[in-house]
Amino acid sequence: MSKSKPVLTSSLGKKLVMSLTGLFLCTFLIVHLIGNFQLFNDDLGYSFNNYAYFMTHFTPIKVVSYLLYASIIIHAVYALILTIKNKAARPIQYKETDGKANSTWNSRNMGILGTVLLIFIATHMQNFWFQYKFGTTPYVEYRTEIATGDRQTDQFDNVPDNYNGYLKTENDGIETIKSKDLYTQVAVTFKNPLLVLFYVVAMGALSFHLIHGFQSAFQTVGFNHRRYIGVIRAIGVWGFGVIIPVLFALMPLYFYFLK
Amino acid sequence: MLDSKVPAGPLAEKWSKHKFNMKLVNPANKRKFTIIVVGTGLAGASAAASLAELGYNVKTFCYQDSPRRAHSIAAQGGINAAKNYQNDGDSVYRLFYDTIKGGDYRAREANVHRLAEVSVNIIDQCVAQGVPFAREYGGLLDNRSFGGAQVSRTFYARGQTGQQLLLGAYSALNRQIQKGKVTSYTRHEMLDLVKIDGHARGIVTRDMISGKIETHEGHAVLLCTGGYGNVFFLSTNAMGCNVTAAWRAHKRGAYFANPCYTQIHPTCIPVTGDHQSKLTLMSESLRNDGRVWVPKTKEVAAKLRKGELHPADIKEDDRDYFLERKYPSFGNLVPRDVASRNAKEAVDDERGVGKSGVAVFLDFADAIARLGEDTVRAKYGNLFDMYHKITDENPYKQPMRIYPAVHYTMGGIWVDYNLMTTVPGLYALGECNFSDHGANRLGASALMQGLSDGYFVIPFTVGDYLANLGSFAPVDKNHPAFEETRKEVEANVNALLALRGTKTVDDIHKELGKIMWEYCGMARTAEGLTKAKGMIQELRKDFWKNANVLGNNEELNMSLEKAGRVADFLELGELMVDDALNRNESCGGHFRLESQTEEGEALRNDEDYTYVAAWQYTADNQPEVLHKEELIFENVKLTQRSYK
Amino acid sequence: MSGQMNLTLKVWRQTNIKDKGQFVTYQANDIADDMSFLEMLDIVNDDLTRKGEDPIYFDHDCREGICGMCSLVINGRPHGPEYGTTTCQLHMRSFHDGQTIVIEPWRAAAFPVLKDLAVDRTSFERIQQAGGYVNVNTGGVPDANSIPIPKRIADEAFESATCIGCGACVAACKNASAMLFVSAKISQFALLPQGQTERYERAQSMVDQMDAEGFGNCTNTGACEAECPVGIKMTNIARMNREYFTAKLFREEDVHN
Repeated sequence: MSKSKPVLTSSLGKKLVMSLTGLFLCTFLIVHLIGNFQLFNDDLGYSFNNYAYFMTHFTPIKVVSYLLYASIIIHAVYALILTIKNKAARPIQYKETDGKANSTWNSRNMGILGTVLLIFIATHMQNFWFQYKFGTTPYVEYRTEIATGDRQTDQFDNVPDNYNGYLKTENDGIETIKSKDLYTQVAVTFKNPLLVLFYVVAMGALSFHLIHGFQSAFQTVGFNHRRYIGVIRAIGVWGFGVIIPVLFALMPLYFYFLK
Repeated sequence: MLDSKVPAGPLAEKWSKHKFNMKLVNPANKRKFTIIVVGTGLAGASAAASLAELGYNVKTFCYQDSPRRAHSIAAQGGINAAKNYQNDGDSVYRLFYDTIKGGDYRAREANVHRLAEVSVNIIDQCVAQGVPFAREYGGLLDNRSFGGAQVSRTFYARGQTGQQLLLGAYSALNRQIQKGKVTSYTRHEMLDLVKIDGHARGIVTRDMISGKIETHEGHAVLLCTGGYGNVFFLSTNAMGCNVTAAWRAHKRGAYFANPCYTQIHPTCIPVTGDHQSKLTLMSESLRNDGRVWVPKTKEVAAKLRKGELHPADIKEDDRDYFLERKYPSFGNLVPRDVASRNAKEAVDDERGVGKSGVAVFLDFADAIARLGEDTVRAKYGNLFDMYHKITDENPYKQPMRIYPAVHYTMGGIWVDYNLMTTVPGLYALGECNFSDHGANRLGASALMQGLSDGYFVIPFTVGDYLANLGSFAPVDKNHPAFEETRKEVEANVNALLALRGTKTVDDIHKELGKIMWEYCGMARTAEGLTKAKGMIQELRKDFWKNANVLGNNEELNMSLEKAGRVADFLELGELMVDDALNRNESCGGHFRLESQTEEGEALRNDEDYTYVAAWQYTADNQPEVLHKEELIFENVKLTQRSYK
Repeated sequence: MSGQMNLTLKVWRQTNIKDKGQFVTYQANDIADDMSFLEMLDIVNDDLTRKGEDPIYFDHDCREGICGMCSLVINGRPHGPEYGTTTCQLHMRSFHDGQTIVIEPWRAAAFPVLKDLAVDRTSFERIQQAGGYVNVNTGGVPDANSIPIPKRIADEAFESATCIGCGACVAACKNASAMLFVSAKISQFALLPQGQTERYERAQSMVDQMDAEGFGNCTNTGACEAECPVGIKMTNIARMNREYFTAKLFREEDVHN
């Protein structure tokens, strides 16, 4: 009697990891998108900057975000391992292949699409996350009259002691928030046409990646039944392939053209 | 006179009594024996698996790259079994009777009865292995009637019954390979039999990849190598099907029985040209709804062939539905041999259709009009698609063209009741032996016989032989017989490789096929057969002088593989002609023009030919010696078949 | 009716498993469109033989599309340009006069080339031997009708069991993955009551063997399903995954070997 191999060392196990991390990243996309809608609020970044502070300092969210980073890394590392194995499974290539006769372009090029996305994620993190945490993000002070909702907004430079990037006080019916101004960071960043172009292209890659990836993840965990496969495919194509990437892509375009 | 070793006693009790009387090998001693199984079709795979389960060590050999590819896989229709699940009056006795009668009273009663008895176990076995037979909505097994049988006893798995049964046997074989009880040699062909003190004790094989000539020793050798239909070059057999293993065993002393009994299947796709490499069969279930016809006159047929007329242009009055005309009660459903012969007559009468004129129509226009295209599609869709793919003609719009093709060989190595050949320790199973189908095989009976021999007969009978050996000693692999036989094989291979003539081996094979088809095919005469004998002898000389066999014996060598097989077919062809000449009667698939009724039907001569003709090889270029096994019918009365 | 055509063939030639191999160009002239693809190769081989050149070795046997022996990647497609068709059932009417046809063997580390266009598929054998069976001996089994099987289950099992084991799925897959083949066998037994007792051990041992043979992983491109000559569906792979993960997550047991 010999023991079967541990699940994570098997081909199916590795695929399971790809599938689960991929699906987790998909759910993150939804949350991220909803949060980023704050960018479209015409309040000089008041709600967006509050949201940004909440996301970076609320402990459960922090835990989830570490899970997220781990998922990205695991997803990419496993993809690399699988790709190396897959290449080794066909050491001599065909002289001629006709892939379009039997499969979609994106399904065959998930690695390339994924690499684009990985570069995008790195760029995106550098643009915002890194700047927000360690970089040159400016500061902003919001003074809001609670009764009327009237708000004054000022940039400021003199950072108080023990300031962690966010300070909220309430005095005489006026709420004062001193915050890092990620909103302005966004607005400035998206004035760079090359970056905007790159963001839009990356959202194209995201679309193609998810049109295949979403339903593929379900196939891998074993959900493929004619009763519901149509629903999964529709969500994959319309939800993750069209709506989400388009809405994300609108953000840089919005700032570039309208702000 | 040959001893068939049929046990005494009433027919229905023979097998159970015999099973009791046979000696057994103690379980602990079984592992001391090694059994060689050549061929891994239904008979071979089932035998190898069953013997290994019992504890014997088994070695299997096949020329394909996997046991699963043996040509049993191509059987379409189904497998008969006397289960009587349909409550329509079937019984073991009825299956026995139908098979004896269908074989035109040229099979051995006791064997056929045993076949019918164990048929019921086969279905149980296959279902337990996970063979997905067709089922009814209630979840029970479905049956259909087949080949004009009056009861529904045919089990089937869509049009791929052979595939599913073979994969079942193959899975049982795989299980034993995994357990280490079976060693499987693929891409190996058996080139000779090794005998020690008159007993079969091993074989010589060629590893087709490396060319290595190897010897393998065993206490018994089972030939499960299928039929020899490829002697005709064009047949429904697989390209690699060959007689070599059986023929080399024949030359080592195994008698060859009734070689002239070949079955020609009526509903095959016609030949399109000289380039044709094989023929494709379509299930004869097509004849349930298709109507066979040719034009009434040669003139109309000639216009059709030239394309000046289309089948639809021909009026009802100008059509000859010859099967319906001649056999009003059976019509298009007459047995295979009758349907085939009548198609040939029409073509010989220059009323054939298609570009070559060697075909008749199988017309579904009436069925489509009566049942609707959808119903016809549901029934025969896959066959229509296959026809469409091969011929590029749409059978929903125009009649199919069909013509008979060689399909199965009832003749084969002579075996006794225990399936042992005239060489002790050498057995023949399945289509390779001659035993159960007489002069004509019924539809859905080939699969039954292969599995019956392998699962339920050989495990008992081989044990009896081994138990009687009186020794458990391993076969001495250093016995000089192995080296001697190996050297002979090597010499033969080298002789073939030395051929550097102008003809390809296929050229000669095609010539042989034409001779066989013309003179030893659907209709045979003494004159034609005599002529054919001379032609084959000439062709054989031509082969050994003018064939071109390229390459060496160190790698996969297609020329060499084919050459060895054709060399054996050339010798077998001559024996077939001899046998057909000897049997001056018509029976089943063997139709001698000299022996027919006034209405042109096959006329048996029971007085003189109620025997099995078993031929003994003597020496190269010497006539073979005929031995007869009288067929004794204690249970059925011999009658003339009539389908009027 | 039948047109004649002249074709240029670029064929992979390789003497044996150790040889490096290369493409060789041949002319195939006067090819009739009602010939099968393999008959066209027969003619090329006849010509080669007459010229004293080694004929092209290719695997084939039944030539009716059921044995699974024939292979060939033809112009980048396993079994050629027609869907649902094996090479032996492919006819020359699918090509046109003057066309160049590139003919290659299956390419996979687990399918080494033996000679020319023939590959060694014994890796498939070993996967089947690892568990592609029900553990029953001959005899002593219950009556065939003692366990009713709903028709749709039997039909579904049949659809999986119809795999001919040709390896086109591996050849088509950009990762040379064998999952369609393996999953078809696992599915057949997972569906049938006869396969239940060893259902989970089977999934594990067959997947383990598949991995050991060096096949690639599935990336769900669907190329296998599209090129399968007998229409095995990817739902089989999903089922295999379910079987395997269920076994791993809930039924970790010893695997028979």
